[in-house]
Amino acid sequence: MAESFATLTGPAAPYLEENVATNVISVQRPHSAGPYKDPGDELFFGLRFDEDGREIPDFVLNRPRYRDAKFLIAGANFGCASSREAAVTALSAFGIRCVIAPSVGDIFFNNCFKFGVLPVLLPEADVLALAEEASSGGKSGDFIADLNENSLTAPSGQTFEISLPEFRRTQLLEGLDEIALTMRSADDIAAFHRAAADERPYLYGLERP
Amino acid sequence: MAKTLFEKIWDRHVVADLGGGFALVFVDRHVVPEISCERFSELEARGLALRHPELTFGVSDHTVPALWAALENPDDRSNEFSRGMKAASLKHGFHHFDVDGPDQGISHIVAAEQGIALPGTTLACVDSHVCTVGALGGISWAFGGSEIVHVLATQTSILRKPKTMRISLEGAPAPGVTPKDLTLYTIGRVGAAGGLGCAVEFAGEAVRSMPMEGRFTLCNMAVELGASFAVIAPDATTFDYLKGRRFAPKKAGWDAAIADWRALASDPEAAFDRDVAIDVSNAAPQITWGISPQDTIPIDGVVPDPEEEPDIQKRRAMQAGLDHTGLRPRQKIEGTKIDFVFIGSCTNNRISDLREAADVLRGRRIAEGVTGWVVPGSLRIRAQAEEEGLARIFTDAGFNWGFPGCSMCGGQGNGFTERIKPGLRAVSTINRNLPGRQGPGSITHLASPPMAAAAAVAGSIADVRKLEG
Repeated sequence: MAESFATLTGPAAPYLEENVATNVISVQRPHSAGPYKDPGDELFFGLRFDEDGREIPDFVLNRPRYRDAKFLIAGANFGCASSREAAVTALSAFGIRCVIAPSVGDIFFNNCFKFGVLPVLLPEADVLALAEEASSGGKSGDFIADLNENSLTAPSGQTFEISLPEFRRTQLLEGLDEIALTMRSADDIAAFHRAAADERPYLYGLERP
Repeated sequence: MAKTLFEKIWDRHVVADLGGGFALVFVDRHVVPEISCERFSELEARGLALRHPELTFGVSDHTVPALWAALENPDDRSNEFSRGMKAASLKHGFHHFDVDGPDQGISHIVAAEQGIALPGTTLACVDSHVCTVGALGGISWAFGGSEIVHVLATQTSILRKPKTMRISLEGAPAPGVTPKDLTLYTIGRVGAAGGLGCAVEFAGEAVRSMPMEGRFTLCNMAVELGASFAVIAPDATTFDYLKGRRFAPKKAGWDAAIADWRALASDPEAAFDRDVAIDVSNAAPQITWGISPQDTIPIDGVVPDPEEEPDIQKRRAMQAGLDHTGLRPRQKIEGTKIDFVFIGSCTNNRISDLREAADVLRGRRIAEGVTGWVVPGSLRIRAQAEEEGLARIFTDAGFNWGFPGCSMCGGQGNGFTERIKPGLRAVSTINRNLPGRQGPGSITHLASPPMAAAAAVAGSIADVRKLEG
């Protein structure tokens, strides 16, 4: 189900606001509003477009150099608040498959792996330096994420180690479906449940309707 | 080895270590809101069975209208989502607290009210405020919608073991200062990212002496600290609350449970990754001025000045907050005109919240030009409030008296029609003041139920202590 992720090459858009909530990344809107004109429009919709649907030229993703961004360089606690998976799918619909930040919301972090988006957590000073690099010069150079090599390379050539739990890395590399993966442990789960119900029977075997 | 409360429960529920700090964790109770009813179709489409229907509970909260025509008729409160959940519950054989029964309400309220959430257990729900029920001494977590299918099929979640953090609220709160005030006060000090990725245990004198419903309010907003989990050690207050509830253990099971639950408290020597103590004895009633729950000040305080903030990111965030709320640096917040008051949400719509708000409103009227809504947390709470005469106090004061649901917290009730209009300013008892939370372009100030009631009467942000005096 998930899209696999091995390497990613492209420009990075700096957006360093802290505590950006998932429902700012993907705005909740009425079903009656219908689908977005372009699926990528969902991302930061409320910040990118005014009430008449016109682009707000100042917003980072509307600037020419960041229109094809494949990386987002974000502030601390990016993707906090609601558990909205749409925050992750909105990023990938736009074409952003890697978020570089000092920290991200916990649920957002886990959601990334379900939809083939790579979260790279780096010290704040490194994130600021990368943002500086992404916004200096005439045009954006390419950032490169290589999950096979666990490396993130900035246009300057400076490299950073991508540190992910092995199981999450495998999940991205193979585009693994978590349900299928866990179903392989069905016997272990059943055994666990039996033992737990033996030990604390009062918690399990509840009445059904 | 000495363990914290969280670690004791976590260790009990690990089915498998997945490496890299991740574990496959057993879910004792799974609560599914009606807005996610399609996940059962996904389960079926994959040819998978609901693994534990007896541990699965459906609720109707996100899309249920709170105020709409002919609401007395349950059919009028139902919609495609509740009907979808009802169909799934009949097909798979699990409980659904639907709009046509006596127990409908908001997931976290119902989970506590029905004794579904218990000390020492794990509870999962797609709703990020599920941390609420950690107040009972169990661990609860939220996740993205697709993970619902994972839990339905496997009764487990893949979780990263969090760091542990203790926040001790010390001292006795002043009169007129509610658990909501202490909650906002705490977030103001710890910060919206202060508990990021942590399992937070709330402890200290002010928590031990806090009634159960106040503890729910405190834990409800742990996610606004960035925390992944919130817990409070179960004690006599917890046990008194749970005894006799429908799905709580009974008879010999209850005695065995109590014996087990008493031993869950963090060991005295247990180490936390972070340990924070906050003196709450000087906390005043709180009100938010910006667009993050951490943007909180005492009601008699002034709006902070971004110019005084040395950190550029923080300064910009503060400015964005002021731009949205239309307040000026250093102005007094008291007296700011408002248009709307919303008393509701899983943060503050339990019976004690309604009593506190009604105490302020008794014999008073809502100010001209202000619209007020009271939306109780469950049909049980609603019935009790009517029995106690609270509903009458609200309606006499000019408030609308609604039916339970998320309603204007999220602005998503009844096909998104229940929301505050653009440009209108509200004092609300909800948990998030981020832009658009109660409707695009609306402005939300977070406060306690008595503070919201006081604002309704004054027609402006007001100090409830002055009103009462």
